[in-house]
Amino acid sequence: MKRVFPILGILTAALLSYALYEALIAAPTEQTMGNVQRIFYYHVASAWTAFLLFFINFGASVAYLIRRNPIADAIAVTTAEVGVVFCTVVLVTGPLWARPVWGIWWTWDVRLTSTLVLWLIYVSYLMLRRFSSSGQTPLLAAVLAVFGALDVPLVYFSIWFFRTQHPQPVIGGGGSIDPRMMHVLLLNWAAFLCFAFLVCWSRYRLERLQKDVEEAQALESMVQPGGTR
Amino acid sequence: MSRLAAITGAALAKDLRLEWRSKDAINAMLFFALLVVVIFSFSFNPTAEESRQIAGGLIWVAFLFAAVVALNQTWARELRNQVLDAYRVSPAPASALFLSKALGNFIFVSVLEALMAPLFIIFYSLRALGPTWQLIPVSALGTWAIVVNGTFFAAMSLRTRSREIMLPLLLFPISIPALLATVNATTLILTGEASAKVWIVLLLAYDVVFTTGCLLLFEIVLHAE
Amino acid sequence: MTDTDATHPSSLSPVISVNNLVKYFGRFVALRGVSAVFDAGRMYALIGDNGAGKTTFLRALAGLTKPTRGSISVLGNLDIHSVCRYFGYMAHPSLLYDEMSGVENLRYFSRLYGIRNDQRCAEVIRLVGLDPQLARPVGQYSQGMRQRMSLARVVIHDPKVLLLDEPFSNVDVSSAREIVELLAQMRDSGKTIVVVTHQAQLLEGAADEFVWMREGQIVSRTSDSQSSRREPEER
Repeated sequence: MKRVFPILGILTAALLSYALYEALIAAPTEQTMGNVQRIFYYHVASAWTAFLLFFINFGASVAYLIRRNPIADAIAVTTAEVGVVFCTVVLVTGPLWARPVWGIWWTWDVRLTSTLVLWLIYVSYLMLRRFSSSGQTPLLAAVLAVFGALDVPLVYFSIWFFRTQHPQPVIGGGGSIDPRMMHVLLLNWAAFLCFAFLVCWSRYRLERLQKDVEEAQALESMVQPGGTR
Repeated sequence: MSRLAAITGAALAKDLRLEWRSKDAINAMLFFALLVVVIFSFSFNPTAEESRQIAGGLIWVAFLFAAVVALNQTWARELRNQVLDAYRVSPAPASALFLSKALGNFIFVSVLEALMAPLFIIFYSLRALGPTWQLIPVSALGTWAIVVNGTFFAAMSLRTRSREIMLPLLLFPISIPALLATVNATTLILTGEASAKVWIVLLLAYDVVFTTGCLLLFEIVLHAE
Repeated sequence: MTDTDATHPSSLSPVISVNNLVKYFGRFVALRGVSAVFDAGRMYALIGDNGAGKTTFLRALAGLTKPTRGSISVLGNLDIHSVCRYFGYMAHPSLLYDEMSGVENLRYFSRLYGIRNDQRCAEVIRLVGLDPQLARPVGQYSQGMRQRMSLARVVIHDPKVLLLDEPFSNVDVSSAREIVELLAQMRDSGKTIVVVTHQAQLLEGAADEFVWMREGQIVSRTSDSQSSRREPEER
């Protein structure tokens, strides 16, 4: 385990730098938007990564509610934290791109606004984790994650009714994309996923270690009565 | 089912009786709501046409804030003398306690809205151009949407530090679709521009989804210790 | 540790059996492996200093606190919630609504147990030595009256097991004696009673067994309130 981590780290760094080169230099320049479009490789790759992490968070939360397994909780906290980071990247790169292309920083469009609401929900999730008393944190957080998941389709539809002004989705939508650009996007996504996995892994290890330390301290004070005070 | 209804009824009757005796929550809420209406009226001073456009948002934001004050009081009475423990050791279903609290909050907040609405109408000289009767289902569904999750999250906040601030932090993000639907439905009814039917259906879906979710998950929250 | 008295008639199947109960609150350990057996028709006094884990133990028995490890079996059933109707739990706070009268309180709590008979409420209030006609809200009761009303709430549904946390705190001696007498009668009618108290001498002669807790463990079980005093202190 200990040896795999640095190797994976080096591989991820290599992949990230290659993806960076591909996105900034190798990929063809978009005709109407120009170089600004290149931010899309980060924007979309982060968005997919964030959504994947939130999805894993939901799965882990449900698993925790059913099995009460501390591993599921550690996965949930890890994916939520890293997911919020990637989601923040999405929300920052979006307006950076929108300003020169659409002429506005922000618009109340479906995917934009849904992502913002998702971000808000997961920030409140992290707040709850921070403020609840330790023994009950996993349970309450898991319940909130389920509520958040129930909310997502409703958020999407409510904003969809409200209005939409976003370019068609890249995949499955009407928009067409140069296969070369698609290739770069997927490459970037792969690099981001590796990076996310690496961060999640270390965060997960940290979380488990913290729990182990707490457990050990509790056990120690059990062996020597009086050690708790 | 009848047992659930009987216990819910007993708990609701108990809450209403206690509230009627002490009147803490309703007095505080009423005054708070009045303050919100007056401050909003100072902040925005629109013409009749503009006010139709913005009133939906103003009214519901005011109701939401007032509701949070009420929701924060939901469990206060159960914490005094730890009465909640007496419920937890009884065989009564957790969902009955939840339903009674949510219904109680629904009644409080509805009363509040009924008293605040005329003030808004006076200050903003509102007159609906659309089908006015639709405001009743919209406010009932919108209020239930706030109250059902609010009651649930207030119970969750009991297990946290600084619980009063925790409630809006949990409630507002989740409530965004409901709030959007309620505000848009109200605005459409006031301006009469289009049918509010889509929004009412969305609100209904929101209420059904979250009422089910709350009833199923409340037991976990109640016994989380 | 679980010195079950084989000659006792009802000791064949224990009402409660606790196996190696451990409870952490974060890094604080409240219970460090408690094992015990409680039989029907006996009264137990659970005694120990503050912080010995008595209240946590009682709350775990009542199903209010989930143990970190270990198991509790009640009437042969491992799921406490499925047998909670056989329990009566009295906490240190009154677990009553201060703004309602005694009868109103009992009427509400009896509904939770599916009892719709208001006669029963009056009967139980008389049983604990109070007047059912009293319209005063419980908040204005004296401490002794409140403890009695609290006991009335505990027995409203005729539980098989009474778990009582400090039923004599702030109660004058004569009231406490009356409560003890009442508890002894209930014990004689076959109920199992576990009383957490720091006033062990009040239960002298009434309790069948004194269970001593220290540092989250049961250290000894004796038949009178004095024997443990003679034990050498370990510290």
